[in-house]
Amino acid sequence: MKPAPFVHHAPRTVEEAVEVLARVGHDGKVLAGGQSLIPILNMRLASPAHLVDVNAVSGLDDLTVTADAVRVGALVRHARLEHDQVVYGASPLLRRVVRHVAHPVIRNRGTTVGSIVHADPAGEMPAVLALTGGVVEVASARGAREIPCHDFFLGPMETALEPDELAVGVRFPLFGATTGTAFAERARRHGDYALAGVAAAVAVEDGVVSSARLSFVSVTDVPGILDVTEACRGQAPGEIDWSACDDLVREHLAPEDDIHATAEYRAMLATQLAHLVLAEAATDAVAAQGDSAA
Amino acid sequence: MTTQMFGAPIRRREDPRLVTGGGRYLDDLGRGALAAAFVRSPHAHAKVVDIDVTDALDVDGLVAIYTHEDLPGRVGEPLPLLIPHPTLTHGRTQYALAKDEVNHVGEPVVMVVARDRYLAEDACARIRVDYQPLPPVVGLEAARTGDLLVHEDVPGNVAAHMLQEVGDVEAALAASPHVLDLDLAIERSACMPLEGKGVYARWDADRDELRIYSSTQTSTGVRAAVAAKLGMPLAKVECIAPDVGGGFGVKINHPWPEEVLVPWVAKTLGTEVKWVEDRREHFISSAHERGQLQQVRVGFDDDGRLLALDVRFWHDNGAYTPYGIIVPIITSTQLLGPYKPGAYRCEFWSLYTNTVLVTPYRGAGRPQGCFAMERTMDAIADELGLDRTEVRARNFILPADMPYDHGLLFQDGRPLKYDSGDFPATLEKLKALVGWDDFAQYRMEAEAAGRRVGLGIGCYVEGTGVGPYEGGHIQVETSGRVNVSTGLTSQGQGHETAFAQVVAQELGVPIEDVFVTTGDTRRMPYAVGTFASRAAVMSGNAIALAARQVRAKALRIAADALEVAADDLEIVDGVVRVKGAPDTQMSLGTVSVMSNPLRYAFDEAAQAATQFAHGNDPDRPPVAEDDEPGLEGRDFYSPTQATFANGMHAAIVETDPVTAEIRILRYCVVHDCGPMINPMIVEGQVHGGVAQGVGGALYERMVYDESGQLLNASFMDFLMPYASEVPHIETDHLETPSPLNPLGIKGAGEAGCIPVSAVIASAISDAEGFAITSMPISPVELWELRRRHEAGEIPSLRNHDATTRKPR
Repeated sequence: MKPAPFVHHAPRTVEEAVEVLARVGHDGKVLAGGQSLIPILNMRLASPAHLVDVNAVSGLDDLTVTADAVRVGALVRHARLEHDQVVYGASPLLRRVVRHVAHPVIRNRGTTVGSIVHADPAGEMPAVLALTGGVVEVASARGAREIPCHDFFLGPMETALEPDELAVGVRFPLFGATTGTAFAERARRHGDYALAGVAAAVAVEDGVVSSARLSFVSVTDVPGILDVTEACRGQAPGEIDWSACDDLVREHLAPEDDIHATAEYRAMLATQLAHLVLAEAATDAVAAQGDSAA
Repeated sequence: MTTQMFGAPIRRREDPRLVTGGGRYLDDLGRGALAAAFVRSPHAHAKVVDIDVTDALDVDGLVAIYTHEDLPGRVGEPLPLLIPHPTLTHGRTQYALAKDEVNHVGEPVVMVVARDRYLAEDACARIRVDYQPLPPVVGLEAARTGDLLVHEDVPGNVAAHMLQEVGDVEAALAASPHVLDLDLAIERSACMPLEGKGVYARWDADRDELRIYSSTQTSTGVRAAVAAKLGMPLAKVECIAPDVGGGFGVKINHPWPEEVLVPWVAKTLGTEVKWVEDRREHFISSAHERGQLQQVRVGFDDDGRLLALDVRFWHDNGAYTPYGIIVPIITSTQLLGPYKPGAYRCEFWSLYTNTVLVTPYRGAGRPQGCFAMERTMDAIADELGLDRTEVRARNFILPADMPYDHGLLFQDGRPLKYDSGDFPATLEKLKALVGWDDFAQYRMEAEAAGRRVGLGIGCYVEGTGVGPYEGGHIQVETSGRVNVSTGLTSQGQGHETAFAQVVAQELGVPIEDVFVTTGDTRRMPYAVGTFASRAAVMSGNAIALAARQVRAKALRIAADALEVAADDLEIVDGVVRVKGAPDTQMSLGTVSVMSNPLRYAFDEAAQAATQFAHGNDPDRPPVAEDDEPGLEGRDFYSPTQATFANGMHAAIVETDPVTAEIRILRYCVVHDCGPMINPMIVEGQVHGGVAQGVGGALYERMVYDESGQLLNASFMDFLMPYASEVPHIETDHLETPSPLNPLGIKGAGEAGCIPVSAVIASAISDAEGFAITSMPISPVELWELRRRHEAGEIPSLRNHDATTRKPR
């Protein structure tokens, strides 16, 4: 369990980093928190000839809240996102979700952007990026671009990022004041990859649901939004039978068997969790409006 | 005042060192050593056709590459079969490096030595081994049919077939008013110490000596095995177990291939070489345990009393049998627990499979036996509509029956004869602790709230402290420092504390003055090892006997010097003094000075022992004929048989009515290991055991695919429970002394894990209303079982409503 030989690059600026990436191309891999990459290297499941270590690159560790989004730089660790009070005030969902990313020691080192770029269907943060309709900010020697999340995730562990590109940050857009959020997942052990996880955003206007959206962890190939508004629009949150969404949910899911659970079980679990988070998000929406009225 | 040290729940003295990074584990040693790495078989079963190392020769820093044909003499012969047995008719052990054939994924084939481990693994990656794959035998079902063979000269894959019978089982079954059959299964798990195995060997060319450090549970065993393999005099080989990060059984098997190869290479190259096992290697190249299929036929009367117990089981011993058939023998004998079985017959087949070999893991066959017996007890209770504790109580061996001889042979080749225990009292304590009689009410309230809960129980007896012997050596320095050594090794059990407590108590010295060394063949060359819950019983008693020798000698010398009778003296806080006249005294340090007649005074204290000091009797030699210099004692403890600890556990579980998730709400343990040297350490042992038991019951399994690949060989997919999965553990103790040893103690190391699968299965069955017959169980499995139950494929319990459902 020792990695194969590689050349270690330690650029100090984004310009240097993308210059190296432009040179090493397909033989290079970006190292940030390393919580997924290092085990892969140690088990020699991947043997990139070049590691572009961005930990010393300046300007990548900004965590900022603007009027319409939370922006997370490429070197912001999960733990910082989890504990930042301003972020929590603007987007409680991010804290609710990031707490489910593995364990504290992993969150101390692992980065949110890294987790999104890794694009593991079992990752929580890609699902949140999808639910919020977020954007990945990308730099390369060819210039900067932004990739909306629905174009970013192409498949399991596969993104639209080109080999010469560096993801420098992501933006999680904020929901409006009428929207509440919730997240739940179930894992075999606390902190493990989820058997299934579901994030919900529910808008309540004038006492009735005006929109309800879901995104999923571990039960879809690619994180995306499932809009279930049609199953609950115009109903008061306390009176909704959320199982009306079940057909839409089942149709959206693509669970697979593995050694921890069958696809069928995961589908059942995701459906149950969907009920749970939709109800919680609706309650959250009502509560938030109560707070602002007060 | 001498504080009462035996029985004091003092904090472990080794912990500040171990928890602040001060421990010295195998990989902390030998920083300049060459590194070894291994090419291991990717096939479960194959012929080795050709090995081509050409590409590896270019690796910078490469030192040497070895295959089987490079191994000389006994190094190239199969590893020893440590524990032969007459019924082990087809025992097989592996070569240190595979010769012509590999029999499991992970078997070592090529050894590479390089400047560091990175380079060694680079070279390994460039070595090409051509295999001719053979059909693998994976799982007990495949092994049992015997259609395919693991070893072509072992028909039916049967390593051993053993049968023990007491009474006439067929006749007793025929005469039984009730007969039940059970089909049961237990999956594989493994010890999984956080520190894997590791060996570091240093050749001293000036002295032709070999020093071996090994992360082992038996340094004397490794020393003897390596000396034999390398044809070296024992006097030229020493072995030290440094701090060891857990063993749980896997490190008692020896010598592992690496334990032979690394010392051999160090000697061959005349240098120092180290190998540290990584986690993947530990999964596929060490040992697993537990896998069994069981069939129970039981006959009983209308009151639920056992009349006949007929057990057949198939034990998966993996690819080789270096540790013999100890595990299935223990299953077949310890299955009986605290009960009188009536007529008893137990027949087992120990079968080869093309998977990692099987050697004892904490509990060592007992969890499987306990599962069989306790599932049977629950089945009897259900059949007759009786309370599950009532059926158990009616079958208990009673205190008046002790010593109770089952008429069977135990794992040490000696009679299975219980020495002590009060099972009815243990059960009463457990019922009080868990609130057995109040559970029906609790369940009624829970069910009214839409929750599903169940109560489970499991009882066991554990033969602990098996021989042949251990020794203790104690030496008091002139400063009053007390050096204690015993040969068995420590893997975190708290020996530095518990053994020091024994010495402080026996000798009357402050515990701060007592220093314990374990597992160093330079200090105590005679020892067996740490396994079978034997350290406290074996070394604890040997050390106590040695301390008694030291005490007697100290009193004799002091009585002489103080001109009083030895009987009038006591030792308190390291000072020998006259009872009732404490001012007439001398320190043990001074006694130590006087015990060693000197020619030269190297300090002030030593003057008292020189030739012109007073008290020289010209007619007596300075050291009497029947005496030795120094204030020392050395003794050994060798019992005629094991001593039997026991315990009973109960748990309340909740199962989610929709998702079938399983949560342990309460876990209660009553345990009897006799008088406790340190109750805090005993509780810690129980907690650790229960944690491993919870792993075996709800999380851990070895997922082999049909081709013999282990699919979950990492901590990501092998679900060892975290602290977040282990419930709070409530404990109570009974202290029934053993009549067999001077301290009256019984072992405690393995107890916690033995009944957990039985208890959890019992509780889930109680929650669900159908019998759980296979462990471990996961939410998805329970979910599937519910569907089969609803489809009528699994029968409901007959009397699910009869016992713990009705409030009294």
